[in-house]
Amino acid sequence: MLNKLSTYFYQRPRLVLLLFLAPPLLYMLVVYLGSLFLLLINSFYYIDDFSGLIIREFTLRTYAQIFTPANREIFTRTATMAFFVTITSAIISFPLAYYIAKYASPRLKTWLLIGVTIPLWSSYLVRVYSWKLILAQEGILSYFINLFGLSGVLQWILSFESIGGSSLALSPLGMFIVFVYIWLPYMIIPVQTALERVPNSLVEAASDLGAKPLQTFRTVILPMAFPGVIAGSIFTFSLTLGDFIIPLAVGNSKFFIGQAVYSYQGTAGNIPLAAAMTMGPVVIMIIYLLIARRLGAFDAL
Amino acid sequence: MHSKKAPLPLTIAAFGTLLFLHVPMLIIFLYTFTPDETTYTFPLPGFTTKWFAVAWGRADLWRSLTLSLQVATIATISALILGTLAAAAVYRSNFFGRESISFLLVLPIALPGIVSGIALRTAMGGFDIPFSFWTIVIGHATFCVVVVYNNVLARFRRTSTSMIEASMDLGANSFQTFRYVVLPNIATALLAGGMLAFALSFDEVIVTTFTAGQQTTLPIWIFSQLTRPRDRPVTNVVATFVIIITFIPIFLAQRLSASSSDTEGENK
Repeated sequence: MLNKLSTYFYQRPRLVLLLFLAPPLLYMLVVYLGSLFLLLINSFYYIDDFSGLIIREFTLRTYAQIFTPANREIFTRTATMAFFVTITSAIISFPLAYYIAKYASPRLKTWLLIGVTIPLWSSYLVRVYSWKLILAQEGILSYFINLFGLSGVLQWILSFESIGGSSLALSPLGMFIVFVYIWLPYMIIPVQTALERVPNSLVEAASDLGAKPLQTFRTVILPMAFPGVIAGSIFTFSLTLGDFIIPLAVGNSKFFIGQAVYSYQGTAGNIPLAAAMTMGPVVIMIIYLLIARRLGAFDAL
Repeated sequence: MHSKKAPLPLTIAAFGTLLFLHVPMLIIFLYTFTPDETTYTFPLPGFTTKWFAVAWGRADLWRSLTLSLQVATIATISALILGTLAAAAVYRSNFFGRESISFLLVLPIALPGIVSGIALRTAMGGFDIPFSFWTIVIGHATFCVVVVYNNVLARFRRTSTSMIEASMDLGANSFQTFRYVVLPNIATALLAGGMLAFALSFDEVIVTTFTAGQQTTLPIWIFSQLTRPRDRPVTNVVATFVIIITFIPIFLAQRLSASSSDTEGENK
């Protein structure tokens, strides 16, 4: 019986392929892409101001609402944050990525990679939470800042309108630190992978030809690591754009895209506007991915 | 260059970064011992272990934990089945649109979680599907599939087809070949992928906030404490617990794939 069935399938590889492919494909196409498509459709509906009901007629007026000054400000604020988080992550990721790629012994390398990938996979929420303890006014960071007599410096930094606030825990600066902390592993791994591909002989050749270490770094290593940086930035940028947990936990009352979407959808019940707002990050990400592909980032993924 | 020793500043910067990634989690652990219920005062004003007992006695936490474990288990099982099927299809045949499969599967983790979350919520609302245990599972399975898929596909690509052919030549039927040749070959990849998927699901919060109704998974419980802290010390205990419960499978999965030299973690 089983043998007959086996032969039957063996003679029909297309049928087997169909049987294999149908469940995952149906699931992802129907459930996931279907949902995304519905979201897109919803962004072309609008909500009736008086009844609060969703009117299912094609309109662009919901998209027009995105361009109100308040919403434009939200987009600018979020994109600026995503930009600085990405740049900073790229810079901070280099020493560790370089050390792993070029100096660590195979044994140490395994452990260092585990040390980077564990925070990448695990406990996003708990890692955000930890900063609530650290950044609290009475918390551990303030304690050490006071210990070193730097509280004046901190107050001075926090007094700037655009990055400061009443305390680190309630300021864009604090939020920035948490964003960098959370997304840093997503940058380290691709940068390390890219650096791994820089042949040692090339670095040696550069120094043999008289390049100083900094020169070698700028003219040989950096250009070759760049696709890795771009690959990492896809994650740091995209994830910062859409995040609403970190602004809720650490930020002040100024909204980010994710938060705005969350509140339009939840308390306001305005699904069309929430849908239109999420299309913002999606479009930005698609453009970003197209540019990244041109710069060769996908080879480094 | 392996023969050369790293310059000291580089070593310090590298290990400093590593500390930066891990010390914050240790600080939560430190705070589980604080007697202070209302602030995060440092240094801790005293030392107590009573919060472990308090957390242990909380019925709502047990309910959330049970729910999270159930969701993660079912989401992982679904991901194992769907991910393996997709990997097998991509590996063994060439078909139209094959290249887009990876892209489709990776979307749920490449797009911001809020996009997936609100999309699923809109769809469920549109079809009047009541929010339940199963809506959470459906959401989690979407982003767990890719983890299994990446692991299993990487393993398939390193498995020589001659073994399968040999098994068939020796008279085994497809089912026997699967049972005695293919399955033992991909077993560790399944285990690694499954554990990563489990960890991903266990502490997922963004998609869950949109696909859960009244259900409170453990991350949702922590999230509610994040915005409106009521049980600070208990939250510390729960957070530490979540770290440990996700750390173990991820650590094992990484060890497993490191020893078989796959690089699935990097595909995220």
